[in-house]
Amino acid sequence: MPIHEKSLIRPENLVTNDNLVIDGVDVSGHWSTFIKSRTVTDYNEAMQEEIAAMPGGENIHRCWQCGSCTNACTVNAVNPEFNPRYWIYLIRTGMEEELLRDKDIIWQCVSCNKCTYACPRDVFPEGVMKATAHWLELKGHTGKSPSSHFDDDFTESIIDTGMIEEARVLLTFFKRTKQPLAQPWLIALITSLLKKMPVGYLFRLGFLTVFRPKVRNWSKNRVALQEYVDERKAAQRAALGMTGKGDH
Amino acid sequence: MADKDRKRVAYYPGCTLEGTGHAYNRSTKAVGKELGLELVELKNWNCCGAMEVKNIDNQVQTYLSARNLAIAEEMGFDTVMAPCNGCYHNLKKAEYDLEHNPTAIAANQRISQKAGHATYHPGKVETIHALDWLIDAVGLDEMARRAQGRLKGMKVANYYGCMYTRPRHIFPEKDKGPGSESTLKPHFMDDILAAAGAENVEFPLKTACCGGAHALSDSDISTRLVLNILETAEACGAEVIATECPTCHTGLEMHKVRAEKTLGRKTNIKILYFTQLLGMAMGLSAKKVGVNENYLDSSDLLKSKGLG
Repeated sequence: MPIHEKSLIRPENLVTNDNLVIDGVDVSGHWSTFIKSRTVTDYNEAMQEEIAAMPGGENIHRCWQCGSCTNACTVNAVNPEFNPRYWIYLIRTGMEEELLRDKDIIWQCVSCNKCTYACPRDVFPEGVMKATAHWLELKGHTGKSPSSHFDDDFTESIIDTGMIEEARVLLTFFKRTKQPLAQPWLIALITSLLKKMPVGYLFRLGFLTVFRPKVRNWSKNRVALQEYVDERKAAQRAALGMTGKGDH
Repeated sequence: MADKDRKRVAYYPGCTLEGTGHAYNRSTKAVGKELGLELVELKNWNCCGAMEVKNIDNQVQTYLSARNLAIAEEMGFDTVMAPCNGCYHNLKKAEYDLEHNPTAIAANQRISQKAGHATYHPGKVETIHALDWLIDAVGLDEMARRAQGRLKGMKVANYYGCMYTRPRHIFPEKDKGPGSESTLKPHFMDDILAAAGAENVEFPLKTACCGGAHALSDSDISTRLVLNILETAEACGAEVIATECPTCHTGLEMHKVRAEKTLGRKTNIKILYFTQLLGMAMGLSAKKVGVNENYLDSSDLLKSKGLG
């Protein structure tokens, strides 16, 4: 996959007139296609600082646009529109409107860390992607992505009990993202599992679902962690100039 | 590294090995027992935060691992072994952050004090993977002697996934020349299975991503990534993919089925934990290494090789 660059000449910026006369000369047809002049006036000058205030975005200022991240990117190989280098550029130059064109795919980073491995400047692009995805949600540009739902479900479970109980986290996740449980591939998987699972193991799984595994004496940890997380979230909202508690 | 005694180490199974990755838990313990190694499970351990908590807050994730390391220290161990790539990665990352990141150090101290337990300071406990553990504590020669080439003729693609090698800075002991693990072309699993007689194929996607972090939240991308891994392994001539991470393993199994059901692309390659292959090579039964706890069936391949 070659390094992909987004064309700045977008279809919506091309104007073709059926009949056009300039200075008395008829230029209808091929010569009447023009690129609309593009003026950016709505810079968000605080954008880099805002992303840097989100978890993972701290090092975004170090980027020198070599493109190693995009070149190494797992998701880019599947979807060329997924371009971390370009987004870091937009954030650093404050071009919020441009970034919002891709708002619905930024959360798709799979955290494989190939970008972080390749980055010569320790930007930690993987963290920047997560920070940007959370920023988009906090600002209200996008709804909660399935990935964020998963983050929330996991973190809630861990703060609460110190552990994750997979079946419960998955069920909560399916419920919150409104996905049907009766998908053909899930059914096939569970049937194959049931066919050869020893009874004892199934019993144990059922047991774990009813009696939630917990870390003993976790209550103090729960209070300390919840307090810390609440404090951090308040700090993030403050960095984005937002007041109030919000639900994020 | 090898100067420490690794025959008795602290064991951190993690949440996944108690659930979907139970086969890995069972086979790791069985292999350890067979080789005369002692695993002492961390007392009252907690979840490492997986790949999710860091997106809410990095320092919380660091603290979760620091608490586990503090438990290992309190139990008198200088080494903790985590077979799960996610747990291994997070313990390593916590170790790095507690040495280099002032915010992480302060947060760990604060939360540990509030929670009323000892604060972990870096350098006290070394985190190793099951691969390091077997190579350090037993050695390839001993494993070869025990296996007597029972994996002979088995064509294996070794799949390590993301968290075992990336990012490089949290693995200071890797990339140190001969004898050490490589982050670009890892080989410890290849070495172990080759010692047991297996024929490792040249597999270019050893450290490719299976999309495990989004296995359910973005299934379409995960399926495409997994299908690429499965089809590449088959094209390289492998009969089985050996895994060393429960998330990768479950991801490969799940999306192998999903690729068949949603894209109509069927692959025949088998997926087994490397500990299962090694265990059976040492004469353990398929049941002892939990082959029946895998989601997908591998019995025809194992039968044809006279294993289990």
